[in-house]
Amino acid sequence: MSVAELLQLFVHFLSLSLLAVGGAITVAPEMHRYVVAEQGWLGDDQFTASIALAQSAPGPNVLFVTLIGWNAGGWAGALAATAGIMLPSSTLSLLAFRWTQRRHQLPWVRAFRTGMAPITIGLLLATGWILAAQNLANPLLIAVSLATIAVLVKTRINPLWLIAAGALCGIAIGG
Amino acid sequence: MTRDPIGRRPPGFHVKAARRDYYSATMRIDAEDPPAPASRQPQSPVHLFLAFNRLALRGFGGVLPWAQRTLVEEEGWLSNHEFVEMLALAQVLPGPNIGNLALMIGDRFFGLRGALMAISGMFAAPLVIVIALAMLYSGFSDQPTVAAALRGMGAVSAGLIVGTAVKLIRSSPPHRAGWAMMAATFLMVGLLRWPLVWVMLGLGSLSVWLAWKRGRP
Repeated sequence: MSVAELLQLFVHFLSLSLLAVGGAITVAPEMHRYVVAEQGWLGDDQFTASIALAQSAPGPNVLFVTLIGWNAGGWAGALAATAGIMLPSSTLSLLAFRWTQRRHQLPWVRAFRTGMAPITIGLLLATGWILAAQNLANPLLIAVSLATIAVLVKTRINPLWLIAAGALCGIAIGG
Repeated sequence: MTRDPIGRRPPGFHVKAARRDYYSATMRIDAEDPPAPASRQPQSPVHLFLAFNRLALRGFGGVLPWAQRTLVEEEGWLSNHEFVEMLALAQVLPGPNIGNLALMIGDRFFGLRGALMAISGMFAAPLVIVIALAMLYSGFSDQPTVAAALRGMGAVSAGLIVGTAVKLIRSSPPHRAGWAMMAATFLMVGLLRWPLVWVMLGLGSLSVWLAWKRGRP
């Protein structure tokens, strides 16, 4: 990956940072559109693996962004992607936190939260769809996704077990 | 210490919504706790770093439940009430909720230095682990078994994300305009693959404006 491309990656993720209301995963569809479909820096399978690995490893799930950067451009890519996605939102968070510590009446925060909630949820659904849609040719994997939804909603089981079960199901289903 | 503004809020203000958001993160707390401020505080920024490092490393499949356990129950730096209030703000803001929360808690005790130590504590070790895993994976990715396992894990990841969305919907069902906004977002981003910036600016401002109007007497 050239320096110009690293810069493009950094700037694009900078621009996504402030849109990631509800977590970086909500901008995953846009990341996919840019880094996979438009730039071709990494493949579909690498993109999905980045998300799966970050979710199965300990730590914040936002590290999937680090992995996307790493897959696209090694350590420099990982740094560019992580710094890009974290810097603007972290700065804003600190400023907003200090601001709200001084003020109690926040009608616009309520409107923002109420208004953005359905958009955030719509983005989560879109992300899940984009990840699952790669398996449309394989109904068994779609069944795994659907079963995961049911178990997550109906039980309090640690998702780690679901991810482990998913790995076994994947092996059982095969190529 | 600057913890008083939170503790002194009029009872009930914001708390319902905060509690709803909080439950959506699938944690159990007693949200009726009196908003008594927490008793203890971190001894140093290094103490912050270590606590956030600990909770991040325990956080398989989601760090948030561990954050509550570590910060409220074990360290006692925040009451449940204070934790809910901070989390509500962290969720409204862009960026990872848990990262925002770390910044806020660190800032509250040691200013900018504390914020940086808290977020480094949360990220340093997991970042190395996740890249090590990716390296292992790239060495083995041509093995059909590994590729199949990862495909299965990816299918679960997709289910976890949709399942989280379902939980959020159930914990605070949107009204009619909200459903329309949700469906439009899914259609434009998920199916049509339009660039997110324009969807967020267009639909987002429309949705916030509608909420603003509804919220006025």
